[in-house]
Amino acid sequence: MTSQAASHAEHDPNIGITGLDHRKMGMWAFLGSECMFFGSLIGTYLSYKGKSLSGPTPHEILNIPLTSVSAFVLLMSSVLMVLALAAVQRNDMKWAKIWLFSTATLGAGFVGFQIFEFTHFVHLGLTLQTNLFGSTFFTLTGFHGAHVTGGVIWLLALWALAVRGKLGPEDALKVEICGLYWHFVDIVWIAIFTLVYLIP
Amino acid sequence: MATHAAFMPGTEAKSHGVLWSWLTTVDHKRIGILYGTSAFIFFLVGGVEALIMRLQLARPDNTLVGPQAFNELFTMHGTTMVFLAIMPLSASFFNYMIPLMIGARDVAFPRLNALSYWIFLAGALFLNASWLFGVAPDAGWFGYANLTSRQFSPTASIDFWVLGLQILGISSLMAGFNFVVTIINLRAPGMTLMRMPLFVWMSFVTQFLLVLAFPAITVGLILLMFDRFFGTLFYAPAGGGDPLLWQHLFWIFGHPEVYILILPAMGIVSEVLPTFARKPLFGAPVVIYSGIMIGFFGFGVWSHHMFSVGLGPVADSAFSIATMLIAVPTGVKIFNWIGTLWGGTVRFKTPLFFALGFIAMFTMGGLSGIMHASPPVDLQQTDTYFVVAHFHYVLFGGSIFGLFAGIYYWWPKITGRLLDERLGKWHFWLMMLGFNTTFFPQHYLGLIGMPRRIYTYAPDLGWYFWNLVSTIGAFVIAVSILVFIVNVVRTQRSAPTAGDDPWDARTLEWSIPSPPPVYNFARVPTVRDRDPFWLQKHGDGHGGKPTGRPAPVSAAEIKAIHMPPPSYWPILLGAAFLFMMSGALISIYQVVLGGLLTLYCMFRFALEYHRPASGGGH
Repeated sequence: MTSQAASHAEHDPNIGITGLDHRKMGMWAFLGSECMFFGSLIGTYLSYKGKSLSGPTPHEILNIPLTSVSAFVLLMSSVLMVLALAAVQRNDMKWAKIWLFSTATLGAGFVGFQIFEFTHFVHLGLTLQTNLFGSTFFTLTGFHGAHVTGGVIWLLALWALAVRGKLGPEDALKVEICGLYWHFVDIVWIAIFTLVYLIP
Repeated sequence: MATHAAFMPGTEAKSHGVLWSWLTTVDHKRIGILYGTSAFIFFLVGGVEALIMRLQLARPDNTLVGPQAFNELFTMHGTTMVFLAIMPLSASFFNYMIPLMIGARDVAFPRLNALSYWIFLAGALFLNASWLFGVAPDAGWFGYANLTSRQFSPTASIDFWVLGLQILGISSLMAGFNFVVTIINLRAPGMTLMRMPLFVWMSFVTQFLLVLAFPAITVGLILLMFDRFFGTLFYAPAGGGDPLLWQHLFWIFGHPEVYILILPAMGIVSEVLPTFARKPLFGAPVVIYSGIMIGFFGFGVWSHHMFSVGLGPVADSAFSIATMLIAVPTGVKIFNWIGTLWGGTVRFKTPLFFALGFIAMFTMGGLSGIMHASPPVDLQQTDTYFVVAHFHYVLFGGSIFGLFAGIYYWWPKITGRLLDERLGKWHFWLMMLGFNTTFFPQHYLGLIGMPRRIYTYAPDLGWYFWNLVSTIGAFVIAVSILVFIVNVVRTQRSAPTAGDDPWDARTLEWSIPSPPPVYNFARVPTVRDRDPFWLQKHGDGHGGKPTGRPAPVSAAEIKAIHMPPPSYWPILLGAAFLFMMSGALISIYQVVLGGLLTLYCMFRFALEYHRPASGGGH
């Protein structure tokens, strides 16, 4: 009994009875909630598909080749995220800094593509107020872009910590949790890209 | 205060004042008390709103309040009771009791827990600030589109409602993540899922409902906000939008919300009955499975709130069948509770009175619920006082009675003082009488055709008498609440003589002092049964001997317990967030500034214990 209590006290306070870290489990709960969030937004988009009273319509203005490039950029950033985590875990902070910064850069590149796309659409006469396609398209992809932006800020914060020498292998879990979020945001984009862009 | 040294229990209030220690607390018990106190105040606010409505309806052609004020009253009454009274009262029990019942020293994320409370308070104050500006929300608690559009609600009233609910939703979501992790990860050694107390189980299901249902209303509110602020077309029929989208998004949240309101009360009743019958809960695993089934089916019945919009016979039938199905696990629980009392050594204390009141009233509310699970019946009853009677039987007769059972049951644990039994029984009988006098006649009023949400009625409709009865009943409820307040004030003036275990109860929270020390358990217990404390005291009831109380813990061991130190970042982050959200009604510059402040506070919050200078912090 006493030895058990003692071992409990020495325990990492973030590891629970299941052997899992609280923070990681909390992130999974958050991502479960985010599934319902994006599910509701995507459901709204699909239920209004083809219901616009006026143009422009999706296939008139969506630029699939260009968005394929930006989707590729975002998906490749997930690979770099994996490399960043691996580098932190093996205490290779030089490469950790490089991979964290490049993950953020690719994420920022994706957001840049989106800003260009949005501006271009506004020039073509599609705004939030134009028709149901405009309302649903900008809201759905805009919220995804906001999530990517949040992830970029998170990655840059981790990178800044690494630059100041305040990130090491003992912080691998913090990088891993950021990675969970980052991969999730990528997966959501696969769903959005397929449902909004690829399916006619 | 930004010390990284480990926090010693009991040193909290020494360096700073008492107020500061409450503002910066991360102790789940103090946060529970904050939730409970705030929720009770908002319960009184919502109650006063109800009394004014009942006075207005007491006689035909009354002119106490006009139609606009009446719309504001019923909107704010519903919103207040759901989001600012019942949910935070339940949250108060989650906070205070779950760590104690699972043998933990705090929740998984103590600072996030404080943040949930401060953001809840921010949302509650924001929503009620609308009264001060004379633009209280007036579109009903479910704010149907397109009544809420800029065209039909040009003032800021709906803006207050939309933004207020968003703030409250964020608070609920964060609390949900926190308690999902707390319940899974912080159970004492040996407490398997099936050994968890029933209140923890029902709360566990509730957390999943919170986490999965709130995003739907969040999206619904975002779309409404975009329609109002940016001119999108989501709910605008002129642009091809469909107002029904709101109803779907709202009720996909709204029906699980009903179970978010009732499951914690069911959990409380499942704790109170075994204690006062001195018997284990009858068929406890079945009660647990029923709770899970209720949570699961809760996501598949939302369109029974929408039978009258004409979804077609296939959809209506499917949702009708699912709704009748969900009554089955609920009914199972009622039989289990009755089975618990059967053959027990029943002691009629106030908590048991409220628990029995819960079973009786909730059963009546459940039966009228099954009535309008049938679409043809629902078409007769929808939008009448029959529905008002139904949901008050489940939410007042159910949730509020259950929560009062919890208040009387756990008061001695929280304060060290037993509430007075005589006043408690006066409270119960007055509330029982007042409740049925208020709401039973409303069934009849609804069936003879009185619609909901009307501010007055003509004298020749035959509704006068029962409306007057209902109003008298509402004031009897008010008197019963006054009796409760008198009871609380008198009890708190007396000496704390309740002792650790006044009810001879069964679960872990009763094995520690009342009120519990900061660290809860001097030594984390090992659990071998669903009623671990009963096992220690009385054995398992099948010839197994009492296992006895654990050996006392030395002062040195207690000194070695590390608790998280207080933090002022939760309240600052909450304030920055409120500043940002209120900017939506004032100026875009305030939104940007508030957003930057929020981001700054988030970083300080996240990095507060990153790389502690002297080690030992969490």
